[in-house]
Amino acid sequence: MNIKNLKSMENTLPLISYSIVNDEKSINASHKNLLFILTYLKKHINCQYHLLTCVSGIDILNSQYRFGVIYDLLSVVFNSRIRVKIFVNEVTLVYSVVPLFKNSNWWEREVWDLYGVYFQNHPDLRRILTDYGFEGYPMRKDFPLSGYVEVRYDSSKKKVVVEPIELAQEFRSFTYETPWLSEN
Amino acid sequence: MILKKKELNRELKNFTINFGPQHPAAHGVLRLILELDGEVVKRADPHIGLLHRGTEKLIEYKTYLQALPYFDRLDYVSMMAQEHTYSLAVEKLGGIKIPERAKVIRVIFLEITRILNHLLAVGCHAMDVGAMTPFLWAFEEREKLMEFYERVSGARMHAAYIRPGGVSADIPLGLLDDLYLFASQFNTRLDEIEEMLTGNRIWKERLVDIGVVTAKNAIEWGFSGVMLRGSGIAWDLRKTQPYEVYNTISFDIPVGSNGDCYDRYLIRVEEMRQSLKIIVETINMLQPGPVKTDDYKISPPSRLEMKNSMEAVIHHFKYYTEGFVVPHGETYSATEAPKGEFGVYLVSNNTEKPYRCKIKAPGFGHLQALDDMSKNHMIADVVTIIGTQDIVFGEIDR
Repeated sequence: MNIKNLKSMENTLPLISYSIVNDEKSINASHKNLLFILTYLKKHINCQYHLLTCVSGIDILNSQYRFGVIYDLLSVVFNSRIRVKIFVNEVTLVYSVVPLFKNSNWWEREVWDLYGVYFQNHPDLRRILTDYGFEGYPMRKDFPLSGYVEVRYDSSKKKVVVEPIELAQEFRSFTYETPWLSEN
Repeated sequence: MILKKKELNRELKNFTINFGPQHPAAHGVLRLILELDGEVVKRADPHIGLLHRGTEKLIEYKTYLQALPYFDRLDYVSMMAQEHTYSLAVEKLGGIKIPERAKVIRVIFLEITRILNHLLAVGCHAMDVGAMTPFLWAFEEREKLMEFYERVSGARMHAAYIRPGGVSADIPLGLLDDLYLFASQFNTRLDEIEEMLTGNRIWKERLVDIGVVTAKNAIEWGFSGVMLRGSGIAWDLRKTQPYEVYNTISFDIPVGSNGDCYDRYLIRVEEMRQSLKIIVETINMLQPGPVKTDDYKISPPSRLEMKNSMEAVIHHFKYYTEGFVVPHGETYSATEAPKGEFGVYLVSNNTEKPYRCKIKAPGFGHLQALDDMSKNHMIADVVTIIGTQDIVFGEIDR
């Protein structure tokens, strides 16, 4: 698919915006139209983006729609990639695209696990990467890097225990910004 | 009370077993819940995340250069392929051009990495299925290849050699000679391994028609790399979306026809031979020249220059403490890693740290198809299928 098609697509599809940077096509859309747009991209004869490469999440703190869910599609027929981005807040339900792309199953589970974006109609929305019984969404920007709990083996209790984390030294985040170049 | 025979409850329940996480054939820490009907697998539910280290989160707190070594530790048998993808992503965002020699050196080491990975994949696969000897031979060859890694970067595995802006150092004298020697003998080693496996009756009985994936299914599951080519789709990012100097090199991409484990094994072996061809060709392409960009904001100045120039010392200090700033942008860069398409979705926000770095690991996509691939196969075939998917948990769990 080329730029011209992308422009004409603006008339056919309910897009918010589109852009081409470094030969990478990217579409911004509302989460309500997600399934429609992905179906179009997959099934339309001029698109044929049959292959979902991955689904990624992003957390843009302090913005109204905090979480981004990004679908990277690949068309083997036209040798072309496209990126579909939707932005939602903490309580929005996003439609799962599993009926359309089978392999989005685990990728969506990952976004749910790490960001807490809930996918509606997902067949099996369990946590995937974090530990059994983990609480919180670790990839959120307000989740500390060192986490809240630590796990160790307690030899007196003869079992693995989960305790609040104790750091000998607070986690230090160095800002490397040159003072006279920073904005404030 | 007398129970009549027909009143007896004769409902049969499937047998559920735990496979792993400490099973030697589980390739690391895969915990697999298998639902069995006798010895036939009815459902496989992989539980992953036992090796989750939060790489993506850690990267957000590191500078672009400090984040690089994490990529070695993802798929710990194809180290440089991942550094390279990350470097490509950073270079794309920063608009960095790298010198020709660096590109050729990268390709040489990418292909060494491919052999390194496929040797382990084929060797371990053979061992899982019951052939011990090829594994030992493969590891002897791997040792030689890791020596090349060591000579060029100082580390056998986690090299951190390919960096944004080029490679960290020029290759040492004599390395190319030894690489050529290796390349001239390695085909014979491959012949030996093939002699043990390719025509072997037991090997074929265990692999042929096991874990068949049709071309349509392979696309639907989002497969890439050998898993896609095994099903007959000639898709290789080195050919279709070439990077570095791959568009000037002549090589073939082997494609399977049946989409079973045996085809994928044959493809891996043939890819090693093609990699050898590429290595020999690129050795001859290598011209003297710089191996990293001369922009000292992005690559450090040489030792010699630092002895003579104050400017260079300042640049060196700033580079290793503050890092370099990458302008606003986002990119999805993908390369043909030995296991499939390895992608990095990088979002930068005009600071020295990545805002978001999503790692698209090929194994993650492949493993979720395990349930589909192993359905109605015998339990022993699950091991074969895990082997053919070339699972490494470093990249899946991240």
